Amino acid sequence: MHKQIKHRNPHDVMTLKRLGSFHQTKLSFLRSFVREFKSWTFKRDLFDLDEQGFGTAVYSVNKDSRTYSLICFANELDASERSDRVIATKWDAAFVLHDGVPTENDIQRLKLNVPKQEVGRCSYKELTLSRANKSLRIFNHVVERLSNGVQPDLSLIKRVGYLYRTTAVYGSGKFGLADRYRIKDRKEINGPFRLEMMLVYLVRQFTFDQVNHIAKKNNPKLAVKLDQSIARKLGIGNSTGLGMAPFIINHPSLLHQWIFAKEDALRQIREINKVKDSDLNIFKECLQLSKNMINTWETESEYQLKKIKELRNDIKKFESEYLSILSVDRVNLWNHLYKWIDKNLSFEGIEFIISLMMEPYDSIINPLISKMSSDEDLYFNIPTHKKVSELKNIISTGYKNIIEIDFSKNKQNEKFWFISKNKEEPRLANRFDDEGSELEQPLAIARDINALYFRLLEVPEDQILSEFLRNNSDLRHVVRRCFIAEKLPYSEIQDNSIGSNLMPIDMLRLKLSFFGAQKFDPRSDKWLRICMYQGAPLINEISQTNDRWIYS
Amino acid sequence: MRSSSEIITVSKRATKAAGYSWGVAEEVGKNIDILELIGIAGIENLKSYLKDIQKKTPIGPNAIELQNKIDNECLCPILTGVCLIDDFKKVELLKEINFFNVSYPLLMIPFISRLSFLIGKRVSINIDEHVFRFNLDKYMFSDSDVNSLVIEKAKNIKVSTFENDDSFTQEVWDELYALSTDTFVEENEKLKSTAAGAGLEDND
Repeated sequence: MHKQIKHRNPHDVMTLKRLGSFHQTKLSFLRSFVREFKSWTFKRDLFDLDEQGFGTAVYSVNKDSRTYSLICFANELDASERSDRVIATKWDAAFVLHDGVPTENDIQRLKLNVPKQEVGRCSYKELTLSRANKSLRIFNHVVERLSNGVQPDLSLIKRVGYLYRTTAVYGSGKFGLADRYRIKDRKEINGPFRLEMMLVYLVRQFTFDQVNHIAKKNNPKLAVKLDQSIARKLGIGNSTGLGMAPFIINHPSLLHQWIFAKEDALRQIREINKVKDSDLNIFKECLQLSKNMINTWETESEYQLKKIKELRNDIKKFESEYLSILSVDRVNLWNHLYKWIDKNLSFEGIEFIISLMMEPYDSIINPLISKMSSDEDLYFNIPTHKKVSELKNIISTGYKNIIEIDFSKNKQNEKFWFISKNKEEPRLANRFDDEGSELEQPLAIARDINALYFRLLEVPEDQILSEFLRNNSDLRHVVRRCFIAEKLPYSEIQDNSIGSNLMPIDMLRLKLSFFGAQKFDPRSDKWLRICMYQGAPLINEISQTNDRWIYS
Repeated sequence: MRSSSEIITVSKRATKAAGYSWGVAEEVGKNIDILELIGIAGIENLKSYLKDIQKKTPIGPNAIELQNKIDNECLCPILTGVCLIDDFKKVELLKEINFFNVSYPLLMIPFISRLSFLIGKRVSINIDEHVFRFNLDKYMFSDSDVNSLVIEKAKNIKVSTFENDDSFTQEVWDELYALSTDTFVEENEKLKSTAAGAGLEDND
């Protein structure tokens, strides 16, 4: 008999502790991009670098009648000027993804603007933008070895994982880039963050070409090219700070689409009545392969080390206590397995195993990927003709954890989010120690929903919301959110984003897991490093690759 | 060229900085983007209005009435616009509403566009001598060139809603319909006898 499984409860899923334990899955944008990118053609149109590797390069990719071009500007940078921070003003390289084939004028225009980042301007013909610094731990080592005809040290390659580390990848109108509405209906990039993923993937190819080029120039007779099997183990690093946290709060309908895709995949998998031998084998194979990632996951962050330890213990426990009894003879095997992990493992382990459960099921995952974008305008208008009682009901059912928080206590109000006047980046400060809380950003959603609920208790149940809003304009932003959450239950983080216990990196990890990042390496509670595309197929082999590269 | 994303963000922040709530600032961010997309000087009008109210408290109507006026004061186009979309049910019933002495009235235009969508009817706004008509947030028609205008104050604004009536007579429709039938083909008896439902009593 077909078993009906419900989606997991948003109150359980949307806590920061669980969201901060999410891992990459088959739904992640890196992976879905690589699957889709197999059928594209690739060309290196320009490679005008000097013997030190400084200059301009252009790569183009094409599908059907559409061409996108990555324009790379590699610059000389003094070691004293090298900084990972998003607020830095100089980088080793800057990159922009151009819509179509750039003219010489476009390249000259971008050369004057792209390396300047914030003070430069792009146009609607540019789609995404990034900047990156060399990894000093590895770049010179690789060049030196290749120049001497020797491949680089594999253990160092594995440990660092990238030649370049980006600070941010911008899109959607930033610095004059094309707005999302200009490209959202394009069929060939009809998935979330496709152009950001494309930029990073092409940047990775540039980093290989650059080290090969410099080595050859250094020592034309002896130099060798970076071995493909070694190059594959290199991705692109990324340092990410607080800017990502407001993004997931400011895009509630998009957040819902992402989480719902994952939850719906899990529900469909748990509903499978009879699991095939071949599918169970894929799960087991991925579990084995994934241990390599877990065992090479390095960090100095105590917070992350504890989580990695939990994950390792969970995997051991799962293998020793459950894996041996896993058999396709069991009806609703995946549901049984889910119930076991839910009862016996930490969030790290639960979410990791869920990721593996998705591996055999292209037929479930692929249709969900096209639903991971959102048209946020659809949810903007507030239904102001509704009654106070209706809004109160939405809050009491949709935000029940939130209305129980006592915001009269200082520890629940300790932090505030603001935009730095110096660099126009989001920051987090202590309300009781730092100045500026009167200019707080509207990111204390739990506190404001809580205030809204108690204010609603003071007015007649049948009052129309238009009247309520006239007297309570300060809460208009959360009234809008409540009606979004009513339709989209995974749109809201069910936690306090200003409490003393807040770990902002949980919010970063949530977003980065959907990007497909691995080996989260927090450098504080407010920023972390990750690696993207490590193990991914190289551009000349992408059409033949399978989807299991992520575990290599 | 500034992107929509930049226009929305900066307009929202500037509006909040002027003393409006974040929720109202969100409405303004979206509205200024709409104005700029259709070629009306949204940024210029907003900047001028926000500078104008730096030492004043903007005032909107308490509720939408047939005649809306505040003695010796100008109505705030933002709070008036918010009131219009929040009270859209009442606006639909009133059909024709007048506002007197409204500051920077072009800032109300996107609210009227959204009002048209909310009530599902055509809406027009007369800003003194300028007339704009909207149809369900999709089309705008203006009888004057307002692209670079900054209007500091309107003496009278009239907002009218229209029933979803046809703009043509039955006779005109019939004539056009007759022309359209020239694309049809006469069916022969054989085809009639095999069409859906043929040969059956309808009372079975």
